[in-house]
Amino acid sequence: MMEKMIFGRYVPAKSILHQMDPRAKLLFIFGFICVVFLANNFVTYGLLGLFTFSALILSNLSLRFIIGGLKPILWLILFTFFLHVFFTKEGPVILDLGVLSVHEEGLRQGIFISLRFFYLILVTSLLTLTTSPITITDGLETLLNPLKKVKFPVHELALMMSISLRFIPTLMEETDKIMKAQIARGAEFSSGPIKDRIKAIIPLLIPLFVSAFKRAEDLATAMEARGYQGGEGRTKYRLLSWHKKDTGALVVLALLTVVLIIFRG
Amino acid sequence: MQITFQQVEYRYSFNTPFEKLALQDINLSIPTGQFLAVIGHTGSGKSTLLQHLNGLLKPTEGLVQVGEHQIKAKQKAKSLKSVRQKVGIVFQFPEHQLFEETVLKDICYGPMNFGVSEEDAIRRAKELIVKVGLSEEVLNKSPFDLSGGQMRRVAIAGVLAMNPEVIVLDEPTAGLDPRGQREIMDMFYELHQEKGLTTILVTHSMEDAAHYAEEIVIMHKGRLKRKGSPEEIFSSADELFEMGLDVPDVVRFQYQFEHKSGKKLPKTCLTIEELASAIRTVSDGGEVL
Repeated sequence: MMEKMIFGRYVPAKSILHQMDPRAKLLFIFGFICVVFLANNFVTYGLLGLFTFSALILSNLSLRFIIGGLKPILWLILFTFFLHVFFTKEGPVILDLGVLSVHEEGLRQGIFISLRFFYLILVTSLLTLTTSPITITDGLETLLNPLKKVKFPVHELALMMSISLRFIPTLMEETDKIMKAQIARGAEFSSGPIKDRIKAIIPLLIPLFVSAFKRAEDLATAMEARGYQGGEGRTKYRLLSWHKKDTGALVVLALLTVVLIIFRG
Repeated sequence: MQITFQQVEYRYSFNTPFEKLALQDINLSIPTGQFLAVIGHTGSGKSTLLQHLNGLLKPTEGLVQVGEHQIKAKQKAKSLKSVRQKVGIVFQFPEHQLFEETVLKDICYGPMNFGVSEEDAIRRAKELIVKVGLSEEVLNKSPFDLSGGQMRRVAIAGVLAMNPEVIVLDEPTAGLDPRGQREIMDMFYELHQEKGLTTILVTHSMEDAAHYAEEIVIMHKGRLKRKGSPEEIFSSADELFEMGLDVPDVVRFQYQFEHKSGKKLPKTCLTIEELASAIRTVSDGGEVL
């Protein structure tokens, strides 16, 4: 069931995106999220699309896999699309269905907002797909380092992040295991009336909570037993290294920004 | 309940970059009432194999037949529920599946899911809690107040309460103390004989496989490597060592004895008594080595 899920998942492969420095990728994504909002006509959205798809190709991941993984999001995008199509009442009417009418501006808005949504999801998924969680946290920690001056607990935050990321697969596995055990005892998670299905979750959630708390306690004990003290004076095994392609990526983003500003209506 | 595997293949994460071949070319038939042990190294496909027995996994290729039910790719979930009542699975560390407020309710969960009346379920729970070696007072306690070993027994009772005809055990004694291990295995064996259950035991313990099973299957790298009686399987110790598996202590003793003395015993012995008398036949007058 969760096999096809792509969000937050890391797929090891060899590609330019995989080899990039996580700091560059984080900065890039942050920049891209802002830049996406610059687009406001077909040319600029087209440019963004071209850009997103080149990034997708550079990631060297199977297109079918990514598209398949985006399926659950498709409904959200469609929902947004129709919301805009039917509730924006500007411009000439192009379709009249009696109670509902579609205005030109509505259609435009619908397409643009859905595209924006789609690009954002695709690009941010690319970050997690091409960067291992531990590298993301490493990158984030270095990027946030200046905040230490104002007593912001950067290391603790990064640690919390890496711990939670680290335990996502474990929890998924655990969920799968308990689900199977309860299905073997006759539970039905995916059929029957809604009321029964909600009830069926309890035998899954309770064991999951119990084991999650137990795991947290074990981890805390293990860290204490090994004298863990936080970031003070701690060195790193993996060192981040900034290459030309990282600078390159940011330059490309800057260029994109300039082009978007020129072409936006 | 007769179980057959025909040309079964299973791939995890079918059609994604994570696709992994876990089982291939599995042909196996388990007659009603047999005690079968499945042995194999970690990652050999044992657990994947057993999840096919009640449709938790559906083969990506091939067919699993359980009684009159068929399990194959693209099967509807509905038709699988009746298989699940017939085939009870005790997973590894089954105590993780406990969730109810009281032990009684937890044991009743399984049977009531399959439409057994509450009275009937309670009656079964009272009977089984004694069977698994606990007292009836435990029934009103919270399962989370019990010790690990007690929780394990409650979870096992929860599976048995469904009255399955086939029981699948995935390392049911892992992490228990030696006495607890023996007690639990003896209990399963007793049930197996008493109710004529078909029992499939996945285990790392060669002792258990030798002691309880009528037939043993060796899984290796997703394939069914060998199948035979315990004597047949353990007679080729070298092959087992090669696959990173072990043999029971008694067999190991015989193996080393034969190597050191240069004398071949008439057959592979599985108990100390057998071994002792076999050694007596080859050693004349106490001069063995």
